[in-house]
Amino acid sequence: MKMIIAYINPFRLNDIRDALREAGVSGLSASNIQGFGRQAGHTETYRGAEYEVEFLPKVRIEVLVDDSLAPTVISTIEETARTGSIGDGKIAVLPLEDVVRIRTGERGVDAL
Amino acid sequence: MDTGHTAWLLTSSALVLFMTPGLALFYGGMVRGRNVLAMLMKNYVAMGVVTITWIVIGYSLAFSGDAGGLGLIGDLEFFALGELGFGTEIGLDDGEGYPDSVFLIFQLMFAIITPALISGAIAERMKFTSWVVFIAIWSIVVYAPMAHWVWGGGFIGATEGTEIPGVGAIDFAGGLVVHINAGAAALALVLVLGPRLGWRREIIRPHSLPLTVLGAGILWFGWFGFNAGSALAADGAAANAFLTTQIAAGVAAVAWVLSEQIMHGRPTTLGFASGIVAGLVAITPAAGFVSPLWAAVIGAAAGVICFAALQIKFRFNFDDSLDVVAVHMVGGIVGALLLGLFAEAAIGGVDGAFFGAAGQFLRQVISIVIAVAFSFIATYIIAIIIDRTMGLRVSQDEELRGLDITLHEEQGYVLTE
Repeated sequence: MKMIIAYINPFRLNDIRDALREAGVSGLSASNIQGFGRQAGHTETYRGAEYEVEFLPKVRIEVLVDDSLAPTVISTIEETARTGSIGDGKIAVLPLEDVVRIRTGERGVDAL
Repeated sequence: MDTGHTAWLLTSSALVLFMTPGLALFYGGMVRGRNVLAMLMKNYVAMGVVTITWIVIGYSLAFSGDAGGLGLIGDLEFFALGELGFGTEIGLDDGEGYPDSVFLIFQLMFAIITPALISGAIAERMKFTSWVVFIAIWSIVVYAPMAHWVWGGGFIGATEGTEIPGVGAIDFAGGLVVHINAGAAALALVLVLGPRLGWRREIIRPHSLPLTVLGAGILWFGWFGFNAGSALAADGAAANAFLTTQIAAGVAAVAWVLSEQIMHGRPTTLGFASGIVAGLVAITPAAGFVSPLWAAVIGAAAGVICFAALQIKFRFNFDDSLDVVAVHMVGGIVGALLLGLFAEAAIGGVDGAFFGAAGQFLRQVISIVIAVAFSFIATYIIAIIIDRTMGLRVSQDEELRGLDITLHEEQGYVLTE
């Protein structure tokens, strides 16, 4: 099993959700985060006071999948999140030791 | 009794009261999220505290005759409403066309919002208890005398009839009494209080500009009561004041964002909201004395000059957190000065320099100098006394954790239920 974490542009979230559902993913979670990468920050001005804002709003999605589905999920996110400009984000893939479905107590692949 | 006048003044009183919640939102959106409730409270509490100080003694010191005929302070005839009485007498017409109680109520709402205006300067670091004591004292010792001098028969408004030579300055709805007064007081208080931790080093961004923009809208709405109500009648003067208020606010907001577009390349919502308030402030002393054309000029001047005045605090290094000095003191001065040029006897009974009475400009200058000096010095002394006794500032730890949780044990925003 794999845990796939992707840091994406917020406005790509809906398309990625639809694409992943089509690819057979049964669930994902998303959270609003702030971060910086090569894109760095930007400047905001409030009543003449300029601030260098170093963090940008991003969305982090987490998907838990079986090993067989992982390559499809990774390529789906990669293709859907890409706009070609700086700040498109990153995908991280982690080995996943175990999963528990709390309601039924199912474990491992059955709990996905 | 004139039912039209009475109805309009009662309506205006409610409009002016509503400005204080508007101001609370205007300021509340500009602070960081951990201080939003503390900011709202510093405004709302004025609606309670000043109601008490005004009814007990403030109104009497401002508007009951003149102690000693010097034009400096009222007497105690209306102490705790005194001669006005808590009974039915207060409902009687005093010959002005409306009952005394209506004038008392209308003036109360001005007495409430003026100290509330100061709260923007001390945002995010002043103790709540000290703030309550401050506005109670300030409303009696600074606001009431100033109201008396300008509107209550005192020496600034009068040209004759007092022992001290009258200045003969005009102030339709509170350029001197409300805005220059609050702005100069804000400057004095900030100098004693000191800057916020991290000021000029960290990012201190407004946490919710939608609140600020809504607050500015409520202020604009309420300001029609403030200015058109100050005609003290439902008549042509009120209508003129209403129109000049609308024009100045609209022109100033456009002038402010145009300045931003030119200087920074982007018009901002905070800039538009600030421009609205700057225009409203500047037209306040002039609303009933100038024609709509000159109101537009006053609005344009306020938008550009107040925008430029934002840099004052950086130049002189004082943390006027939400720009009370740049908007209210500077905006009030712009209005009070231009009034001395643009006033027209055909509108409000007084001519300015452009209409042949050069002396009126000088009178306005003198009145501004007196108002700034008195408010600054008196407030500075009050601030020092409170600082030495109960302390003005929260502890460093409280400031870092936020005033909402440390002063009020509440949070403005909770993430989950």
